[in-house]
Amino acid sequence: MALFDLRLQDVHNQLKKKELSVGDLVDASYSRIAATDASIRSFLTLNEEGARAAAAELDGVLASGGEQGLLFGLPAGIKDNIVTEGLLTTCASQFLRNYDPIYNASVMNKLKSAQSVTIGKLNMDEFAMGGSNENSSFYPTRNPWNTEYVPGGSSGGSAASVAAGQVYFSLGSDTGGSIRQPAAYCGIVGLKPTYGLVSRYGLVAFASSLDQIGPLTKNVEDSAYVLQAIAGYDANDSTSANVDIPDYVSALTGDVKGLRIGVPKEYLGQGIDPKVKEAVLAALKQFESLGATWEEVSLPHTEYAVATYYLLASSEASSNLARFDGVRYGVRAENPDNLIDLYRKSRSQGFGPEVKRRIMLGTYALSSGYYDAYYLKAQKVRTLIKQDFDNVFNDFDLIIGPTAPTPAFRIGEQVGDPLTMYLNDICTIPVSLAGIPAISVPCGFADGLPVGLQIIGKAFDERTVLRAAHAFEQHTEHHKQRPQL
Amino acid sequence: MSITIKDVEHVANLARLELSEQEKEQFTGQLNAILKYAEKLNELQTDDVEPTSHVLPVHNVMREDVVRESVSNETALRNAPDEEDGQFKVPAVLE
Repeated sequence: MALFDLRLQDVHNQLKKKELSVGDLVDASYSRIAATDASIRSFLTLNEEGARAAAAELDGVLASGGEQGLLFGLPAGIKDNIVTEGLLTTCASQFLRNYDPIYNASVMNKLKSAQSVTIGKLNMDEFAMGGSNENSSFYPTRNPWNTEYVPGGSSGGSAASVAAGQVYFSLGSDTGGSIRQPAAYCGIVGLKPTYGLVSRYGLVAFASSLDQIGPLTKNVEDSAYVLQAIAGYDANDSTSANVDIPDYVSALTGDVKGLRIGVPKEYLGQGIDPKVKEAVLAALKQFESLGATWEEVSLPHTEYAVATYYLLASSEASSNLARFDGVRYGVRAENPDNLIDLYRKSRSQGFGPEVKRRIMLGTYALSSGYYDAYYLKAQKVRTLIKQDFDNVFNDFDLIIGPTAPTPAFRIGEQVGDPLTMYLNDICTIPVSLAGIPAISVPCGFADGLPVGLQIIGKAFDERTVLRAAHAFEQHTEHHKQRPQL
Repeated sequence: MSITIKDVEHVANLARLELSEQEKEQFTGQLNAILKYAEKLNELQTDDVEPTSHVLPVHNVMREDVVRESVSNETALRNAPDEEDGQFKVPAVLE
């Protein structure tokens, strides 16, 4: 869709010149969804009436010369674990298939202030648990580049909708790589901000110490604009960071001269697809040609990250998902014998296999006698993983490697083997455990499927991450490729 | 350490989950594989390492104790699977 290939500034210029209206943008979005979503299945719920009303209101602002927000008129898709008042929020779970939130997530209020238009809610792995979007309890989303392949997860719907040109941008959530990995698989830009930079108030919690909301966009500049709109302290979120928000867009200078880049040998070792490695090495050469320098470094505890992550995330999930009991919201099982039976039956009928597996793992890891051996041990290893990054950042400005060890895999290929599926996240999980920011940008193709380059920064140094990603993008054409649908 | 079906049944009870026989067998195998993989962490000596539960220096947040409007009863019950007299309705707890 040519309209959504425009830069944000170009869209806004056309709106100002009255060559385009917000209604046109919204029409373009729904037309594209009508033409492509039968094969992609990005959306769970559409907000057509609400979006058209919002468009009419914004076109009124345009006509009257009123003030225009940062994301004025841009059609947005929202991952279905971000609560939206009056618009179903299911977390792609049968448990919440009828959940109609009574409030908006803080990011939704921020998007409203920035005047974007919510097009609908996007498919995901149930409760954000998964790496392929096959765990949605409604239907899997498909990769726009090849519909036989997964779009990645858990923000697979968010990534596929942007790649397919159905929306201008989307929001996803990243717990162990759930923004970056689907962005890589779908050939778009996905940013996981520093933990605490974007409010989690109204994000249905999976693993509270890791979850973070972030943007999925077609280019780095748009990513900077969306981050600008959604970042900032929120008193409603006790884990929100009270830091000054810099100007992210002005960081996009195109200049990376003198930047020192560390390349972890662990990210390019065993298990990395040779074509992915080749694309990453070519990207490093590009950085070199732009005046940056790179050296091999080591993050020695990388091999322990996946085990650490699954123990911690599952433990937090088992605790967070205890609230789903069939009493106050969600689906309630029929004819329970008593209250405990109501909980048990409702949860068993409402949750899918991956969610149950993680609740079981987390409950086991937190249970009496095993807490020290699993949960506490994982928390200690998390410290070591964080220290690995701190050590490298003493000497380097950025860390660069692949986003995922392979391109997207075929639907159904890894469903029966959760451990293999978990290992797909080996390059993104350590970053999540350390709470630092990282972006995935397209850096090539392997067998017709996109490959993502991961650029990792120091805590709250999104400006350097975006600057490097933007400079790379300015000198390559990968992000301009579009899937044929 | 190996997980048995009995362990799976015990954990399922703690987690308030009702599992089919097939699920019990499947989870026994899968949890064993995942926990065996997790034992890799024992290769690391961590006696002197402080645990990280949170990457930011989190501290308790208190707001001013001021009276403000809360959600209405009707709104609070909007998603209730069952209600009666403005309250969430559940099966009897006592026989």
